[in-house]
Amino acid sequence: MCLALPVKVIEVGCGPDGEHAMVDLGGVKKEISLALLDDVQVGDYVILHVGYALSKLDPEEAERTLALFSEMSEATEATL
Amino acid sequence: MKYIDEFRDGEVAKTLALKIAKLAQPGRNYSFMEFCGGHTHAISRYGLSDLLPSNVRMVHGPGCPVCVLPIGRIDMAIDLALKHNVIVCSYGDTLRVPASESLSLLKAKARGGDIRMVYSTLDALQIARDNPGREVVFFAIGFETTTPPTALAILQAAQENLSNFSVLCCHVLTPAAITQILESPEVRQWGTVPIDGFIGPAHVSTVIGSRPYEFFAEEYRKPVVIAGFEPLDVMQAILMLIAQVNDGRAEVENEFSRAVSRDGNRKAQDRVAEVFELRHEFEWRGLSVVPYSALKIREKYGTFDAERRFKMDYQSVPDNKACECGAILRGVKRPQDCKIFGTVCTPENPIGSCMVSSEGACAAYYSYGRYKDMAPPVSNSLVASRLTGAEGK
Repeated sequence: MCLALPVKVIEVGCGPDGEHAMVDLGGVKKEISLALLDDVQVGDYVILHVGYALSKLDPEEAERTLALFSEMSEATEATL
Repeated sequence: MKYIDEFRDGEVAKTLALKIAKLAQPGRNYSFMEFCGGHTHAISRYGLSDLLPSNVRMVHGPGCPVCVLPIGRIDMAIDLALKHNVIVCSYGDTLRVPASESLSLLKAKARGGDIRMVYSTLDALQIARDNPGREVVFFAIGFETTTPPTALAILQAAQENLSNFSVLCCHVLTPAAITQILESPEVRQWGTVPIDGFIGPAHVSTVIGSRPYEFFAEEYRKPVVIAGFEPLDVMQAILMLIAQVNDGRAEVENEFSRAVSRDGNRKAQDRVAEVFELRHEFEWRGLSVVPYSALKIREKYGTFDAERRFKMDYQSVPDNKACECGAILRGVKRPQDCKIFGTVCTPENPIGSCMVSSEGACAAYYSYGRYKDMAPPVSNSLVASRLTGAEGK
């Protein structure tokens, strides 16, 4: 139900009120609403839920989390 | 796809599994509840339980809106379609939930009810514009993730004076449900289960932020780690919870920092506060009646409230006697403990709500785990390699 996907914004200012954006969802293009999110730029990744962008993805935080996954403590490394 | 594939890497999963095995102390048991159905689904689909040491147990929580929706609420939507000749719009998840008299929204549709599945509230508004001579009701369910789009639909309808549109509001609140689990763990009917910490919701938290969970950490001394819905996110969160338990800490940590801030989405919160207020009480499946755990439409927007417009009252209806959804939603029983699991109750013919949504504990276990306990044990490396073949690319 809370299913949402990270999608790439490829066009902003769409729709009758200019509050819509075009996004790329693994090759599929779709128009979504930006009514719940400010300052969205082309190239941003947003989390899409039932037609609305809910939050922006922070690329630096994502990198930090990925680095954390692979980080080995000394104790763990010793066993490898 | 970016932000998905790299969070499903099987090799990294092996590293995380190793770290978890090292950190978990053999002499103690760890029991963590993943509140959200999204996490339950990830744990089943990627076989994450098989990567955990035997003393680390995941308890499935009630964070599946379809699963906690009581029969009486579905009955209200069916009544609107069959007795009031209303066009009922809803997200696909609700259509197969069993209701009274062996009905569901889908079966009501077969009986001639005008019931339409929509992807977004935007579609429901369009149906109302296209059918000015008919009443159109959006059957709104979901946690905080799904509430802001409903608020926007009501604001839009008010702006357009779309007088044939209204909402049957069944939106529920995550913090209230967690409080209920912590405060009355000894519900006599179902017994209790120990919980050492929580994996906090991913997408709900993008809206409400991490701040609301601070209360649980402080007041109940339970660690909370907010995590994304990808398998590596869940593994990392389990590692962080074990570390907190070992250190005797009870803090809110945010593993999903790429999308969740402490304050959440203020704009979305403002829209929700403009349109909705707290309900005094709401019945949940599995948690029974929980005070201040759901939202209703404010008087100001009362004309868009289907309950007011059609003068409907909620009638509580007991679940099917053989169904163990209540105990499963509290984490007291597992799907395979239910007598009708996988025999009478299947995703094709669900008797209980946990078998309906793919996020429901029963449906997730049926789809990904039901043969596991019969088969010879699978080695950790085999399970990890399964992760690299992840779907949904």
